[in-house]
Amino acid sequence: MLRRTFLALAASAMAAFPALAQDPVKIGLITTLSGPGGYIGQDIRDAFQLAIDMEGGKLGGVPVDVKVEDDALKPGQGKQIAEKMLSNDGVKLFTGIVFSNVAGATVPDIVDAGAFYISPNAAPSNMAGKECNENYFVVSWQNDSLHESAGQLAQNLGYKTAFVLAPNYQAGKDAITGFKRYFKGEIVGETYTSLDQTDFAAEMAQIRAAKPEVVFQFHPGGLGIAFLRQYEQAGLLSTVPMVLAEPSMDAVTLKAIGDAAVGLNISSHWNADFDNAANKNFMEAWMKAYNRMPTYYASQSYDTALAIASALKATGGNMDDADAFRDAMRKADFESVRGKFKFGVNQHPIQDWYHLKVEKGEDGKPVIKTVGDVFKDHGDAYADQCKM
Amino acid sequence: MTLFLEQLLNGLQFGVMLFLLAAGLTLIFGIMGVINLAHGSIYMVGAYAGTWVAMQTGSFFLGIPAALAAAALVGAAIEFLIVRRLYKRDHLDQVLATFALILIFNQVVTLLFGRQPLFVSIPPLLDGSVQLLPGLPYPVYRLAIIVVGLLIAVGLYLLINKTRIGMLVRAGSTNREMVRALGVDVRVLYTIVFGLGALLAGLAGMMAGPILAVQVGMGEQILITTFVVVVIGGVGSIRGAFVASLLLGVVDTMLRAYLPSMLRHVMVGPEADALGAGIASMGIYLLMALVLLIRPKGLFASNF
Repeated sequence: MLRRTFLALAASAMAAFPALAQDPVKIGLITTLSGPGGYIGQDIRDAFQLAIDMEGGKLGGVPVDVKVEDDALKPGQGKQIAEKMLSNDGVKLFTGIVFSNVAGATVPDIVDAGAFYISPNAAPSNMAGKECNENYFVVSWQNDSLHESAGQLAQNLGYKTAFVLAPNYQAGKDAITGFKRYFKGEIVGETYTSLDQTDFAAEMAQIRAAKPEVVFQFHPGGLGIAFLRQYEQAGLLSTVPMVLAEPSMDAVTLKAIGDAAVGLNISSHWNADFDNAANKNFMEAWMKAYNRMPTYYASQSYDTALAIASALKATGGNMDDADAFRDAMRKADFESVRGKFKFGVNQHPIQDWYHLKVEKGEDGKPVIKTVGDVFKDHGDAYADQCKM
Repeated sequence: MTLFLEQLLNGLQFGVMLFLLAAGLTLIFGIMGVINLAHGSIYMVGAYAGTWVAMQTGSFFLGIPAALAAAALVGAAIEFLIVRRLYKRDHLDQVLATFALILIFNQVVTLLFGRQPLFVSIPPLLDGSVQLLPGLPYPVYRLAIIVVGLLIAVGLYLLINKTRIGMLVRAGSTNREMVRALGVDVRVLYTIVFGLGALLAGLAGMMAGPILAVQVGMGEQILITTFVVVVIGGVGSIRGAFVASLLLGVVDTMLRAYLPSMLRHVMVGPEADALGAGIASMGIYLLMALVLLIRPKGLFASNF
């Protein structure tokens, strides 16, 4: 009895609280924290939290309450979490998903319920074109752009024949399509690996037999690490150069590969050494808070937090007026760590792409250096199909 | 031709890795009747323990005993604390409990080592590649895996067929009740078998370390394939596990390597590649269905 009275008292005290302070805006952060892709979700979560911590628990002056859940790279699980957050917690703003297959199952539910999804990473092609949605924003890039820039880079470097490999799933197919859209040379081999494959010995033998001038491969997370290590062990790294999109060579992969990575060419929209105020600010805060090199996923998630902050600031944290929040988001009124940033008509970014190269740093450890440009103001191939 | 030989070696190497895992799994399944989903976690424990020690000491070879010890200890502890209570329960309870173990192990490893994968380089002694035939270089490390795997297979054969423990294991897998009735302490036998299975899984994990990324969840990736091996080989049969692992390793590798190019003769390029990759990843399951159709109990059902 006493306990019940106490609970009732506590409940009324809680109920009285919002009258005193502004209700925090709830943000659902659904990401992949377990399994081989876990480090990606960790960086996305940590960078988002970093942006909030740097503002003392707020985004754009509005207090926020971030609910983090692990989708375990299972589309069904991501969908369930989203439904729970939508109906039980009344969350109206979502972010965090790493993988395209999870996004494909989860995002439609979110936007159909009238909530917003701001992507810090995955951006499958269908959702950039015909199925674009006014409540769906992408701060990272459209999937294809990663690989279009790699294709252009291979073209710029003068290679005539290429062997391409990617896992057999939507993002893998987008990768190869994207690469081929800008690489004009001959494709001497095209191989789809399995998403749960960890041994690539058979593929190495095929590459050696095909004798391409360059290899392009897309294997995110742990897959890419295994692929590159085995590529080196097979003695291919010294004979067949490789051009990569950024998912295949992030800070974690680099640490894993070590010296063997020196000389690899990468196309990217962000690098830790970018010389702008927002990036310096981010890098300093990140290193201080976590003391490890951030992956580009972290930079995207940080940008996502800043984009949300700009919209919350403009609307004063009122999520009930969806139109006002959307208009504020579209302005992209924030200082991106990658420099220039704006949204295209399909609410995907228009941005510059760069040529990065792995070089030996001053302390002897390999670092990723920015050495040139690949694209200026690059959008995506699907924007025309988007009717909003 | 050299390409074909190289792919054959790749298949063999994948096969012996599968064998190290499947040998333990099939013994545990065949003798104790326990479906142990946590076998993949033991593989992960071995990989982490070995790799961690190798990173700390700078010596890969010091990592091996660490991996073996950690895996065997964890295996024996799992048997003693949890699985022992499940022998009398039905398979659903066993699956639930060992599935819970997967989640627990993954979280514990995440807490201890973080989510970023660990790495160990190939020891200098086994680094590089040798020219097996003109135009056929092959990594020494992968050859070493094949040799170790085959040695283990011979060792297990001798252990099972020539020793007293082996005799009990054989007896236990054919008629558990009779062994118990004859006064053998089956509980100790079970713990030993479980520990041995775990030890082999740990060895596989350690050997996989320099090739694959040592990361949380690495066990689940290979667990399903291992179960396919056990089913094809026949539950409880080491010989079956050996034949099935090599068969599966070679079939899987060959399908991946050759099916897309064969399909390309009859179809357009990209579609052939995608379809080929799809069928290749189904290949081992098709093989399992085929074997079960002809030999419902597997190739070597419980006769050693």
